[in-house]
Amino acid sequence: MIVRNSLQDADLPQDDPRVKQLNVKMKKEGYKPDALIEILHNAQNSYGYLPINVLRYIAKVLRLPPSRVFGTVSFYHFFSMKSKGEHTCLVCTGTACYVKGAQKLLDKVEEKFGLKQGQVTQDGKIGLQAARCIGACGLAPAVILDDEVQAKVSPEDLISKLTSKLETHEQG
Amino acid sequence: MNRVDFKNIIHAEELKAKNAPTKHKIFVCCGAGCISSGADNVMKKLQEEIKNRGLEDIEVVPTGCMGPCNQGPLVKFKPGNTVYQKIDCVNIGEVVKSQIVDKKPLEDLLLFSEHREKPFVNAEEDPYFKKQLKIALKDCGDVHPEKIEDYLLHDGYKALDKALFEMSPEDVISEIKQSRLRGRGGAGYPTGLKWETVYRHVNDQKYIICNGDEGDPGAFMDRSVLEGNPHRILEGMTIAGYAVGANKGYAYIRGEYPLAIKRFEAAIKAAKKLGVLGKNILGTNFSFDVEVRIGAGAFVCGEETALIASIEGRRGTPSPRPPYPAESGLWGKPTLINNVETMASIAPIILKGGEWYSEIGTAKSAGTKVFALAGKINYAGLIEVPMGTTLREIVFDIGGGIQGDGQFKAAQTGGPSGGCIPAEHLDVKMDYEELMKLGSIMGSGGLIVMDENSDMVDVARFFMEFCVDESCGKCVPCRVGTKMMHDLLQKVCENKATQLDIERLEELAVYVKECSLCGLGGSAPNPLLSTLRHFRHEYDTRVQPVRKSENLVHQ
Repeated sequence: MIVRNSLQDADLPQDDPRVKQLNVKMKKEGYKPDALIEILHNAQNSYGYLPINVLRYIAKVLRLPPSRVFGTVSFYHFFSMKSKGEHTCLVCTGTACYVKGAQKLLDKVEEKFGLKQGQVTQDGKIGLQAARCIGACGLAPAVILDDEVQAKVSPEDLISKLTSKLETHEQG
Repeated sequence: MNRVDFKNIIHAEELKAKNAPTKHKIFVCCGAGCISSGADNVMKKLQEEIKNRGLEDIEVVPTGCMGPCNQGPLVKFKPGNTVYQKIDCVNIGEVVKSQIVDKKPLEDLLLFSEHREKPFVNAEEDPYFKKQLKIALKDCGDVHPEKIEDYLLHDGYKALDKALFEMSPEDVISEIKQSRLRGRGGAGYPTGLKWETVYRHVNDQKYIICNGDEGDPGAFMDRSVLEGNPHRILEGMTIAGYAVGANKGYAYIRGEYPLAIKRFEAAIKAAKKLGVLGKNILGTNFSFDVEVRIGAGAFVCGEETALIASIEGRRGTPSPRPPYPAESGLWGKPTLINNVETMASIAPIILKGGEWYSEIGTAKSAGTKVFALAGKINYAGLIEVPMGTTLREIVFDIGGGIQGDGQFKAAQTGGPSGGCIPAEHLDVKMDYEELMKLGSIMGSGGLIVMDENSDMVDVARFFMEFCVDESCGKCVPCRVGTKMMHDLLQKVCENKATQLDIERLEELAVYVKECSLCGLGGSAPNPLLSTLRHFRHEYDTRVQPVRKSENLVHQ
């Protein structure tokens, strides 16, 4: 019965452009279960994260047990079932950045905004994450702020950039 | 398209290049490092500048990584190979004026000008480049990664043409065997042997996988090749397909590398259009298709069986071997898995011959290796050197030494699976065997330099934390063992550990190494063991005296 219930929840509004995009992707992949990761990438791109009803929907369309879909999502770091915040601050903690003081960046953000890695501020404005290596080791320590790589960042730099993100946000 | 058409296209491109109104070309490095430093804006400004000065004949080419990433954005002028560093929207105008109009190089902005008494006008003469030998990276920094015509001008797809028309699959395999090329992903398994095993398994369906899941923190070699010269990888994969009898390939690229994914997908499209990929390549009976699979952030997926699980859309957990992927891999079919750098070395070997390649490097490790230099080093970036180059040459002659007034303390190679090489072994010849002897590994090529401020116990803890996070959880030794080792290391870092804890660490390290299912657990203790071996005193100084009660419990 539980399975049936979860499948009933598995419907999404078909006029939502994000759902349309997801449908197109699943069709393009021929509804093959082995394209699950590709499809999840697509869904996360349009939703920003992977809401549980979207996962149920994908499981239903691909005819996979929901456990298989959740299991895959929870295994990979790239996928998140929580919203990442309007502005994302991704601090690289790879070896080169570690040697050059990435921890100081994380500490400073925690001190200033009370954020630990993986958390979002209460108003949902800023999300702080740590990455294992973004491959920009020549520019260590590096931070990706809203998809833009910031090179050789100092703790003070980072705080002022985050603050200005918040300010432009308020003005906009 | 058949072979004659292909030759005609190359000929036409060569003619076009020969008859170009000017030989001047300006290359803007658009590798990940330079883009992050603002290469996009430099590119726009440069194009404006050229237009304003009426120099429209000069072609401006965005290229892949040129090497010294932290000197970027870099701009190179040809002919003459003059490279300028730290270019921005303001000084690009001056550079164009003095280089093109006044024909006089602007010394202050030449590459490495702050460190050289007299910077080299021809960058190739600088020791940074002179000590290097670029094979896998050869055309990165010279070709437009999104223009297949540019690749054709750099001997592109000539190796494929040669393999298809002048060689049998057996010939290709024996050429690779003769080259003594070894897998560049880290383990160093002979590539030719791997190819032969897949070739020998009879099956109507075989697969090629190119492993671009570069998960080592501190490594960005694969990224730079994928972004800088994607066609080279594609050509290598196609030749591999021809040699082992596969007609389908997958390129597994990390999700963290969106630019690499975009460029590789564009390369597949262009290659299909030209007829060097897809059905009946160059008019032969051989067909080969490549699809991109995007990784989703799991270090363990660099392990081949885990990678296969991930391509099949499942959790990326490894499976016991045998059966090896060469026998039963993707969907149970014989599968050849090679690293990006290995694939990038295939085309040059086919073109110039296995013998040529085997003469480079050391007796047991032939060819060249790409290293990603990072950490407390002056010229962080990407280099390629012959196997057997010493660590000293890499750090001091090429890397420009330690930043500031620091002293070299250790170099970490092989990421979380590798170890630290201390200063007394600076003259070690970098190849698979020598690094193994020191308790480190070649790994995929990350090389992180540490100075005297680095705390080696904390380095070991850092890597163990990584392994705890990345352990897939399938086997107990790795899942529980890494966590226990991490907690003990944490204890040492907090000055709370006793000698018994160190002994426990050593004991655990052996268990985890011997009993884990895959390479992640099998190599997870390496950073710990190598720091214990070379920096034991840093552990000893933090160890607290054993309390009597504790001593009794463990007797």
